[in-house]
Amino acid sequence: MPKFRFTFLILALIAGLLASMTFAVMVGSVGITPRIIWEVLFSKLGLLTETNASRAQSIIIWEIRFPRVVLAAIVGAALSISGAAIQALVRNSIADPYILGVSSGASVGATSVILLDAFSALGIYALSFAAFLGAIVAVIIVFLLARVNGRISVIRLLLAGIAISMVLSAITNLMLMMSKQQGGIQAVMYWMLGSLAGAKWSTIGIPFFTFLLVFILLSLNYRQLNALLLGEETAATLGINLDRFRIFIIIFVSLLTGVVVSVSGSIGFVGLIIPHLVRMLIGSNYKVVIPISALIGAIFLVWADMVARVVIAPAEMPIGIITAVCGSPFFIWMLRRQRYSFGDGE
Amino acid sequence: MLQVKDISFSIMDKQILQNLTFSIDQGKFVGIIGPNGSGKSTMLKIIYRHLKQTSGVVTLYEKDIVYFAQKKLAQEISVVSQDTPVLFDFTVKDLVMMGRTPYKKWLDNDNHEDFAIVEESMRLANVLHLENRSFGQLSGGEKKRVMLARALAQQAKILVLDEPTNHLDIEHQYQLMDLVKDLPITIVAALHDLNLAAAYCDELLVMKDAALYMKGTPEQVLTEETLKQVFHMQAGVTKNPFTKKLHLFFYTRS
Repeated sequence: MPKFRFTFLILALIAGLLASMTFAVMVGSVGITPRIIWEVLFSKLGLLTETNASRAQSIIIWEIRFPRVVLAAIVGAALSISGAAIQALVRNSIADPYILGVSSGASVGATSVILLDAFSALGIYALSFAAFLGAIVAVIIVFLLARVNGRISVIRLLLAGIAISMVLSAITNLMLMMSKQQGGIQAVMYWMLGSLAGAKWSTIGIPFFTFLLVFILLSLNYRQLNALLLGEETAATLGINLDRFRIFIIIFVSLLTGVVVSVSGSIGFVGLIIPHLVRMLIGSNYKVVIPISALIGAIFLVWADMVARVVIAPAEMPIGIITAVCGSPFFIWMLRRQRYSFGDGE
Repeated sequence: MLQVKDISFSIMDKQILQNLTFSIDQGKFVGIIGPNGSGKSTMLKIIYRHLKQTSGVVTLYEKDIVYFAQKKLAQEISVVSQDTPVLFDFTVKDLVMMGRTPYKKWLDNDNHEDFAIVEESMRLANVLHLENRSFGQLSGGEKKRVMLARALAQQAKILVLDEPTNHLDIEHQYQLMDLVKDLPITIVAALHDLNLAAAYCDELLVMKDAALYMKGTPEQVLTEETLKQVFHMQAGVTKNPFTKKLHLFFYTRS
């Protein structure tokens, strides 16, 4: 796409993201005006000394709503770029960031913390830690299973991902079946459907920096990602060291997905649908797919989380339900369009 | 420049290639011919290191290709394979630009030189008018030419073509052969059309039953006897009155 159009699109999406985030901070049981939001933000950043915000408003905005909206944006962006990268890695348009077993592994970890009180020594970090550990262990097993004679085969990667996910889901279900605590079971359900309710400034750092790192790495390797779409053979003749590049993608994408899942649960659909939406809008060149996916994914999840907060207020809907309910009809609409073929080529 | 020494290749117990030895000189257009299943594509895949031979060595500039870094090898050898499945859709221009991949480091952008090379490659392959079209919507022959443009943009010293005229109409078959013939680089091509092979190649390698049956100039190789032995065809060999190149015609027993 022409450079000026790309720049314009990026700027428009950044503006859209900021507007969405402002709006998302406004919405809630305590009404807040946009002006107050920006005043609080700038005063916290030390750019403004006086604000019209009351102390209560200031706390609600800065301590509760802001971290949550920012986390929503990070999670949305992270899942979207992970999905885009995984789809190139396995050359498959139905792949999502969880296809290598991340979410089922994380579920086992989270369930064992919630129901069995594992890792209780870690206190409030036990859940995130166990989920991350579960995710990484699952990916490592999938990776080792897919490696034959030192080479990774894509189809083995996909099938090993499915097999390991099944086994791990069985373990999660077994723990759920054996559990007597009703509250615990509901908590697990809640976790598995995803929620950003636990967002705090103190927990945002790791997801943010992991996202930033992986975003930069993927952006720098857009040529390799493009080449992968032409198949192993052609990618190799274009100078891509396939085995090394695949391991690189698996490591960093799993790391990012694992971190994200550990703070937000396994929010579905975002990582599958956003990359397709982006390709439909601007084509498949990963040079633009990566940044645009990050922005659109961020906007989408900010809105989804806002809906999750208000739709059955004062209770909260798990965000995974929102992403699926809003995403599916849209996805089905895309499915029926002739102009976009989901990578079928013909 | 490229030497193949005693190459064998087998999958399980099936022998696909057996003790092939030949060398390819700089600037030559070398055709590999032989019936289906004689191992032509496999031989090419071993040359561009997609497959690893069971035994034997391939050397480029007297150096075993095993020791070339992937990027370096891509600067030396470019490939148009029989079929390139493209997942998702790219514009023709973006696809041809991928040919520049082996020259790019992490932070490198596409510069004026790259755009110039890409445009020239598209012009040579006669796809410049398609530059903004999406690849998925092109016909088989157009796709093939786009892939050729991509390989040209790679500016390698050796161009490997696996049945390049497949899917092409007669005009584009000759156009493509004219084009690659004029390139100042070494060409190695697996060909099915023996008349094209006769008209364009400097040298032919004939494969039969996993082995190199014979090699030589088209005049030495394309004889009635060879065609009978290798392709099981009755053939006549004459000269094309216009080009003075060999011309073959075929008939079966009936």
